[in-house]
Amino acid sequence: MTLDSKVPDQPIESMWENHKFEMSLVNPSNKRKFDVIVVGTGLAGASAAATMAELGYNVKAFTFHDSARRAHSIAAQGGINAAKNYHGDGDSVFRLFYDTVKGGDYRSREANVYRLAEVSNNIIDQATAQGVPFAREYGGKLANRSFGGAQVSRTFYARGQTGQQLLLGAYQALARQVATGKVELHTRSEMLDVVIVDGRARGIVVRDLVTGEISSHAANAVVLATGGYSNVFYLSTNAMACNVTAAWRAHRKGAAFANPCFTQIHPTAIPASDEFQSKLTLMSESLRNDGRIWVPKDPDDTRAPGDIPEAERDYYLETKYPAFGNLVPRDVASRNALEQIKQGKGVGPLKNGVYLDFASAIDRLGYDVVWERYSNLFEIYERITGDDPTKTRMRFYPAPHYTMGGLWVDYHLQTTVNGLFAIGEANFSDHGANRLGASALMQGLADGYFVLPYTIGDFLADKLNEEKVTTDHEAFQQAEAAVQDRITKLLSINGTRSVDWFHRELGKLMIEYCGLERSEAGLEKAIGEIRALRDEFWSDVRVLGSGDTLNSSLEKAGRVADFFELAELMCVDALDRRESCGGHFRVESQTEEGEALRDDDNYSYVSAWFRDGEEEDSWTLEKEPLEFDYVKLTQRSYK
Amino acid sequence: MSSDTMDLTLRIWRQAGPDAPGGFQTYQVDGVSEHMSFLEMLDLLNERLIERGEEPVEFAHDCREGICGTCGVMIDGQAHGPQAGTATCQLHMRQYNDGDVIEIEPWRASGFPLIKDLMVDRSNFDRIIEAGGYISVDTGSASDANLTPIPKEDADLAMDAAACIGCGACVAACPNGAAQLFTSAKLEHLNLLPQGQPEKDERTVNMVETMDAYFGSCTNHMECSSACPKEISVDFIRMMNKDYIGAKGRNRKAG
Repeated sequence: MTLDSKVPDQPIESMWENHKFEMSLVNPSNKRKFDVIVVGTGLAGASAAATMAELGYNVKAFTFHDSARRAHSIAAQGGINAAKNYHGDGDSVFRLFYDTVKGGDYRSREANVYRLAEVSNNIIDQATAQGVPFAREYGGKLANRSFGGAQVSRTFYARGQTGQQLLLGAYQALARQVATGKVELHTRSEMLDVVIVDGRARGIVVRDLVTGEISSHAANAVVLATGGYSNVFYLSTNAMACNVTAAWRAHRKGAAFANPCFTQIHPTAIPASDEFQSKLTLMSESLRNDGRIWVPKDPDDTRAPGDIPEAERDYYLETKYPAFGNLVPRDVASRNALEQIKQGKGVGPLKNGVYLDFASAIDRLGYDVVWERYSNLFEIYERITGDDPTKTRMRFYPAPHYTMGGLWVDYHLQTTVNGLFAIGEANFSDHGANRLGASALMQGLADGYFVLPYTIGDFLADKLNEEKVTTDHEAFQQAEAAVQDRITKLLSINGTRSVDWFHRELGKLMIEYCGLERSEAGLEKAIGEIRALRDEFWSDVRVLGSGDTLNSSLEKAGRVADFFELAELMCVDALDRRESCGGHFRVESQTEEGEALRDDDNYSYVSAWFRDGEEEDSWTLEKEPLEFDYVKLTQRSYK
Repeated sequence: MSSDTMDLTLRIWRQAGPDAPGGFQTYQVDGVSEHMSFLEMLDLLNERLIERGEEPVEFAHDCREGICGTCGVMIDGQAHGPQAGTATCQLHMRQYNDGDVIEIEPWRASGFPLIKDLMVDRSNFDRIIEAGGYISVDTGSASDANLTPIPKEDADLAMDAAACIGCGACVAACPNGAAQLFTSAKLEHLNLLPQGQPEKDERTVNMVETMDAYFGSCTNHMECSSACPKEISVDFIRMMNKDYIGAKGRNRKAG
């Protein structure tokens, strides 16, 4: 298998425009002869399904949620970037492209990122036309803010609910197509396998989560828009049901999985309070604009934070990084917090947090100004912790948040399986080793509204008279039988421990050995322990109830089983990449000051892992070399 | 303020399916931490049920940060429980005391048929959106976003309506099982914006009449707004009624 990124041989500024002309088209009256399956109805899936239906394709969309409006895109708070330069502060498509490649620590493909920056402006236009109520200035024009340390104001936002509003926009566009009959929407339907006929993706097998019925669906192309896999860590900021199953099933059927170890750990989540914590809640990193981060200098200091005098506090980010202080990028802030906690200086009852302090901001700006800026975040914090941030100090701990890795895709967003596409967080494409704030919404919608609808036409154009594959084909029968066997197996083990218990144990292993810091010894140890735990899972998990009814333990069991396999591959990938870049920190590769040290000579590539066989636990690595013709490689420094 | 851990008695509605008989079952849950969320307390119960070989209680949930709108149960007769402006997933056990008895039921409304235990089917909300809860603009046909200035107060009011998370608490809290608060929030979000004007009358009539087909009638109890985790105002219902009468008056063909 060789990787062909299909990047057109053109100057980057005109590449996408020219390529749109070069790609084949499907005549408007012929589009209705093609069926396209879209799995997932978050930002990427809903926007892609709606747009393809508007063009005239017959779309079948699937979501395991009860409604297409629930996907976890909805929880994104901060905003969405675009290179509109509405404020004349020096932004441009090229600058957004440059910042994104640099922010990704030079591990993304230039051509894809440039296109992302290019279509970012169309997204804002489209969303505004749909009625997305972006924040506005008093003159009625759109407001922007600077986000995540960016030097220009390019982030559009709808209060703290930008993801919600953009998803509702895409969902409403989808609802309009459901009403016209161009989209057949299947809710509470979980994809459990992709079906390959003659080397090409021709459909999927799904389970109806209410009745348990297993059914097959055939199409001319299959699109996965199934999100990221941060829940491999058990505790993450993802929603409870987020999982890797659709992408993993595709991987088992031949789709290469790229850069699985590139995960982002966000510095400002509320720390876990006990063993039964089910998820971590993210607080917007805008809090770091005015809040100061510190820990007590003495690890044994048990005084309340307000009673600890200034001289006995360690404002470690301000000391270590005088230029950026508390506004260092996410990966740097997270790793430094972990270091303090490892030194025993963590705060809170479980000593698992660092303080974020607004006392000096209140002194400087006054209570009213601070309250106006952050009241909604303070209220959320108080609801969860019972503490009022204006009276005491907030406590934070880093939490897995986003996964840059995902299914490998070419410039057309096609995976290594013919006819199988991946969009949004489910693919690996645009964020390299670290994603910048306010870029996830941008990528999901870029793929769904403005990229896939073009490239899928090019794929379908020469297939007008191809033989129709139906679900009577034996490949569908085999896939259905395999899905049914797995369900029967999970229900028959009847061991002693719950699915959640296994998931928690897996999460502990992953955060310890494949979280903020990775080492050769740790990763090798983790692989052994993951395998042992996985064997235990398959012999001792207890899934009660039956398969022919709503059974959320059964749903979780299938997802956790796939997380075990992904976890191993993440460690394999992290072992291979003996350099530090972005969110991937190998302790063996750091500067004298303990900062991440890239190794461009040896690791300037995308790792694309092919499974050696559907049932094999071994992988072959193919490397897609990364070349940088437009962006200059530099070592990041925040001192 | 409650003590650090508490022992609770839960009376939970169990029902195997829409046609199966249902009823309350009583469970004792000891050692509940005040830091747990309400749903984590149910997770704890479920872990213990699985240990004992009993099927866990099914309840809907996902983001657990109050934005996806998936969760929601009646807690002691109140949709989403006792804390104002708070979805079930954001309710924390420090609101309770050792020895409390808590009654937990699914949303009860004819528009939301029961699926299992505490889980109901809210897809009739989607039918209301499909009837016209959108602005018809094909991808790629939009003009520059700053071409049409929108007064900040209009945009802010539209955002107040758009904050609805579609959880269904308004319907569950309503003695008539009416969906006026949900429908008006979705409708007025669009009707308040310049982009929403071309389809305003058609959207209003179609959404209101679809709502009427599935849900009960509004008789101004206003329980909906006090149960709403996003504290959506009943003012939007007034606006919807005005828009509906206007639309019907302008287009007698619509019947």
